[in-house]
Parts: sequence; C-alpha cells; structure tokens
Amino acid sequence: MRVVIMGCGRVGSSLAARLSTEGHDVTVLDVRADAFRRLPSNFNGKKHIGNGIDQDVLARIGVGDADAFIAVTQGDNRNVLATQVAKHIFGVPRTLCRIYDPIREEMYRELGLETISPTVMGANVLHGLLSEAPPAGEEA
Amino acid sequence: MYVIIVGGGKVGYYLAKELLAEPQHEVLIIEQNADKCERIAEELGDIVLRGDGCEAATMEIAGFGRADMVIAVTGDDEDNLVSCQVAKVKFNVPRTVARINNPKNQEIFQRLGIDVTVSATVAILAQIEQELPTHQMIPFLTLGGGLELVAVKVPAEAQVVGSAIKDLLLPHESLIVLLISPDGAPRAPTPETTIAIEDEIVAVTRRENEDALRAVLTSSA
Repeated sequence: MRVVIMGCGRVGSSLAARLSTEGHDVTVLDVRADAFRRLPSNFNGKKHIGNGIDQDVLARIGVGDADAFIAVTQGDNRNVLATQVAKHIFGVPRTLCRIYDPIREEMYRELGLETISPTVMGANVLHGLLSEAPPAGEEA
Repeated sequence: MYVIIVGGGKVGYYLAKELLAEPQHEVLIIEQNADKCERIAEELGDIVLRGDGCEAATMEIAGFGRADMVIAVTGDDEDNLVSCQVAKVKFNVPRTVARINNPKNQEIFQRLGIDVTVSATVAILAQIEQELPTHQMIPFLTLGGGLELVAVKVPAEAQVVGSAIKDLLLPHESLIVLLISPDGAPRAPTPETTIAIEDEIVAVTRRENEDALRAVLTSSA
C-alpha cells in the first residue's frame, strides 16, 4: 500500500516507522526538516519537506497515486484542509484525519471524513481506567 | 444584515469599517490576538469578540446562528475554510465568503460549499500582469457562458500589422469589439479596418481560445 503521512510528530513518525517495517511504501511530509529526526535510522520510506495544505506540494510528492493519506499535524484546520484536498481533488481512496477538537471532529465525521479525536479517546480511556479497580499495590 | 467577520487583520478591519458606514448592518469581528482586539475596539467601538472563529463555543457566543453572512479573512486558508464550513454545517449561515491566499485552493473551497471565494493574490497578480510587457493579453472581465473580455497590444513585429479585420483567422467565437490607437483614440472595427502597430485590440473570446487569439494577434511572421 502507498501511504502518505502529513506531519512527522510523535504519532506521524511512529506510524510511518510501523507501516514501513510492515513493507508499505511510506512517504512522510513535514514543514520542518528536523522533524524527521524522530524517524528510526532504518526508515526506508521517503521524506519530503513541504506544506501539505499546498496542492502543488501534494502533487509533487505523488498523493495522486497514494492508496491512503493520513493528516496528523498539530493543526486541526490544516489536517481538515489537507485531507479534503487529498480526498476530493486527488481522489485518494482512504483518508484519515486527526482533529483534537471534539466538536469539529464530530462535524467532519458527519460530513464523511474518517476522523479521530485523541481528546475524546484519551478522556474515554482515562475515564475507563478510573472506573476500574486500581492495580494491586497502588491503592490510595 | 448581521455580518460576522472572522479575522481582525487589515482586511477584516477595513471591511468592518466599510460595512459599519452603512447603518443597516450589524457587524462583529472575531479575532484571537488581544492587541488587535484592543485596537479595533478603540477605533471602531464595541464590535469585537476575542476568540477562535473556528471554535464552536466562540461561534455560539458570537451568534453565528442568526448571522446572515460570515466572511472569513484571516491570513490562513485552512482557518478560513473551517470557519465557513462550520458556519454552514452547524449554524446554517446562508452565505459564507472566504478569503483565499493560495489561488490553487479556490476549487476545493467551492467544491466544499463555500459560497464566495476572494483571492487577493489573484487580484494583485492580475493587476501586475497588466503592467508586464511579457503578458500581452490582459483579461478584463469574465462574461457569462465562458466568455472573456480581453485586451492585447499589437507588437510592431506582429504578422497582423496591416491586415484587414475580415482577413484575420480568429479562433471560434472570438470577436474584435474595439481598437484603440496608440494616441488613445478609439475606433469601432469594421471588416475593412486595418490593424496598425501598437493598436490595442479589445476582443471577446472563449476562455479556452484565449491563447489561440493571443497567438493570432501577436505572433511575428
């Protein structure tokens, strides 16, 4: 599978490393070259410096031929714009978009984007943990 | 009309000022930067709300639900897009206008349902193009049905110099509507009118035939 990941932060870099190890053709895009230091030294995918909300940049790195596009920059709106461009302009079959803001996440999910909100997920997990019995030895 | 402007930079500020000059409008600017908010409040009065114009809570306070129009004019296309999309989808705002900085974004904005897109970059480029000698064809106006009104100056070495209009092989659905002599005198074209050096030719053409028309009127022998 050809996968383009926009944003080489903690999530983007570890996802890129995993997919690459599994044998996928991975391209990582970030505006800052030093973001690529997060990738493992044996990463054999492609690294590109550029802004994913610029259609020329997306065209240049071959988003048109990608099977999947994943937007995981720090900016919700950047992720939203880039994902919609990948989906509607470049016709990428599978697009995933991270949106921190739960309200925006819900809205774009209703509009047909595949979205995740780490905020909601994190809160759910913590809430779940709290309602379980604490691990042995850590009672208050 | 209740108009909400997202972004209190130069564009937002002057836009609000213009709109406030017409008493029928109620205007609110949403701006994140505290200094900008203060300056707008000092100069235009109590018409500014500090906050993120993409955040539903701020939009609720701002009264997006009763806005007739939302105009997003921040310097970031992604913020303008999301403001307008949320305004449309969540608050049913009848008309959304977005400023676009990267001209390439026009298509996606329109496909995503933004009613009007305004690109300062395109406007500035068009104006500069008029001053550039290498861009010989100036687009004046987009008419209905894919037609454009264009102007072109005939270079001295052009093949058409000395030809009568009836002898020109113009592209399909192209029409010369006016000639302007170098001294500024306008001439109504007839089939017999001959084209002179440095004439400015005003023509109507199909957008897709623009290059062909330019070639006919400017290419050298």
